[in-house]
Amino acid sequence: MLDNPYLPLPVRIEQITVETEDKNLRTFKLVFLNKEDEEQFSYIPGQFCELSIPGQGEIPIGIASSPTESGFLMFTINKTGVVTRYIHNMKEGDIIGIRGPLGNWYPWEAMEGKNVVVIGGGFAFTTLRSSIVYMLNPENRNRFKDITVVYGARSPGLLLYREELAEWEKRDDINVHITVDSTDDPDWQYNVGFVPTITEQKITTSEDSYALVCGPPIMIKFTQPVLEKVGFTPEQIIMSLEMRMKCGIGICGRCNIGDKYVCKDGPVFSLAQLNELPKEY
Amino acid sequence: MSDKIIQKQDLPDFLKSLKKTYEVFAPIKENGFHRFKPLKGEENIDLNFTNTRLSPKSLLFPQSERMFEFNLDEKSADANIVKEAPKDYPPAVIFGIRPCDAKALRVMNVNFDNPEFRDPWWVRRMESMTFVGLGCNEPSSTCFCTSVGSGPFNEEGLDVLLFDLGERFLARTLTDKGEKLLDEAGVKKDADSAIKKKADALKEESEKKISSKVPTDKLKEKKVNDLFNAPFWDDVAFACINCGTCTFLCPTCWCFDIQDEITKKQGDRIRNWDSCMFPLFTLHASGHNPRPEKVQRVRQRFMHKLKYYGDKYNNGVACVGCGRCVKYCPVNIDIREVFKLMNDL
Repeated sequence: MLDNPYLPLPVRIEQITVETEDKNLRTFKLVFLNKEDEEQFSYIPGQFCELSIPGQGEIPIGIASSPTESGFLMFTINKTGVVTRYIHNMKEGDIIGIRGPLGNWYPWEAMEGKNVVVIGGGFAFTTLRSSIVYMLNPENRNRFKDITVVYGARSPGLLLYREELAEWEKRDDINVHITVDSTDDPDWQYNVGFVPTITEQKITTSEDSYALVCGPPIMIKFTQPVLEKVGFTPEQIIMSLEMRMKCGIGICGRCNIGDKYVCKDGPVFSLAQLNELPKEY
Repeated sequence: MSDKIIQKQDLPDFLKSLKKTYEVFAPIKENGFHRFKPLKGEENIDLNFTNTRLSPKSLLFPQSERMFEFNLDEKSADANIVKEAPKDYPPAVIFGIRPCDAKALRVMNVNFDNPEFRDPWWVRRMESMTFVGLGCNEPSSTCFCTSVGSGPFNEEGLDVLLFDLGERFLARTLTDKGEKLLDEAGVKKDADSAIKKKADALKEESEKKISSKVPTDKLKEKKVNDLFNAPFWDDVAFACINCGTCTFLCPTCWCFDIQDEITKKQGDRIRNWDSCMFPLFTLHASGHNPRPEKVQRVRQRFMHKLKYYGDKYNNGVACVGCGRCVKYCPVNIDIREVFKLMNDL
């Protein structure tokens, strides 16, 4: 029989975690209802899924868990539109659907043996979280040289995955630079300043490095020149894009940039690739 | 493969015998316009048309398609489990499809049936469908098929091609499917060489009648950003009212939306034709829109058809020269002019 790529597989919401103090971001841990679906589902950090809520619709969301974490998938969802609002009101135990994994992934083969610089801002830290957990896995850690993370949010309460960040901060096999735009918390022990500023202070070389950059457009706009200043070429700067999507498999026609569909040819593009495409995203 | 003869007076019997095996879609005139509709009983099919106002693409790719169904009743065991909506795909024939419209389905096929993903509804319908084409004796003044890889008697995408020779049709079978269809309908009489010559002459004469030409030779070599940033887009888009008529009528436009609809506890997931002419097409939930302006959407339509499609699939342009968008655009935007602007930039 013909496989139906539009057919969502059923999953149960196992756990819901409120991530941020404004309650706009929640992390959903999902578990497949059918064992065989779980076994067949194999993904790479950087990919996304269509979460499918019968009666509401579908949303493309990056996979925040790492393939090294088995038994569940994790998605951190910002409350924005119709479907995300609905899912924010769902409970643990509820059934939804999932389609994927979709799209491409960060260039893991090319990054092998290199330094990896991870730069994230706001809630665009989900597939970056997947990537960090993946690289820190004992089986993978020696495939990469130095791992450096710059991650910022407007305030401490808006950072995602705060417990994990604090753990990573203590480890000696990863350099983590957490920052907030501003805070009035006297006990704040990390950086204060915008992501581009902290990047400028902490990332001083591009040698043998790749930078994975995800964040709001304004952050990307000011981070790019900082990276270029220390010698990152457009081939070494990797980004993950968002676009309105429906099918997720390059057929329905709405998420194109030039001749590339963000859902299928992306969401991950190097700056070099983006420079060749129309500026329409 | 083989050339047979169907006498015009035998056409009703021919269609009747097809109906034993196939669901038959044919052009029927209604309220002044021809449209492909299923033959149920004694409808009068009318082959006296140039291009139907609506292309027959909806027979493969319906304007609305029920994809899945689901049940939202929490008491039921399969609550919230999405299931494929059961459907039949009986053998069917499109009788009288124009060569440009058949070619358009081949243009769309690389999108719906590609090495990574196969759209199940499209694939099943394509497999169940036999295409009996009708060559164009009298092309319209807006036809420019011969410039874009088709022609009034182009065979691509057809199983049988009919040549209208007045009292009779020469029926040329092009595939096994076509051979089988004529066999099942009892068409046995072979065309003699005099009739074949007539058909060839008709084809040649008809190709000559297509006076409208567009240039395409330089589109491939153009840099995408040179075309994207070309100075002419404001002028091209100036009169556009974003009505979407062009995308609706275009035989190669395939963009669609997916929506859920609920009636009480029963729900359906439906896909509907959509259009890049509408701002909602690309509007993000955040409010950001990569194509908020009309000129960007008009540019997208032409860039997709004449540049992105060719770059992506190496399969020519996504235009078959049917002329529908030229004929029905309420503000007279003419894709032939855009071909010239883009190709000769």
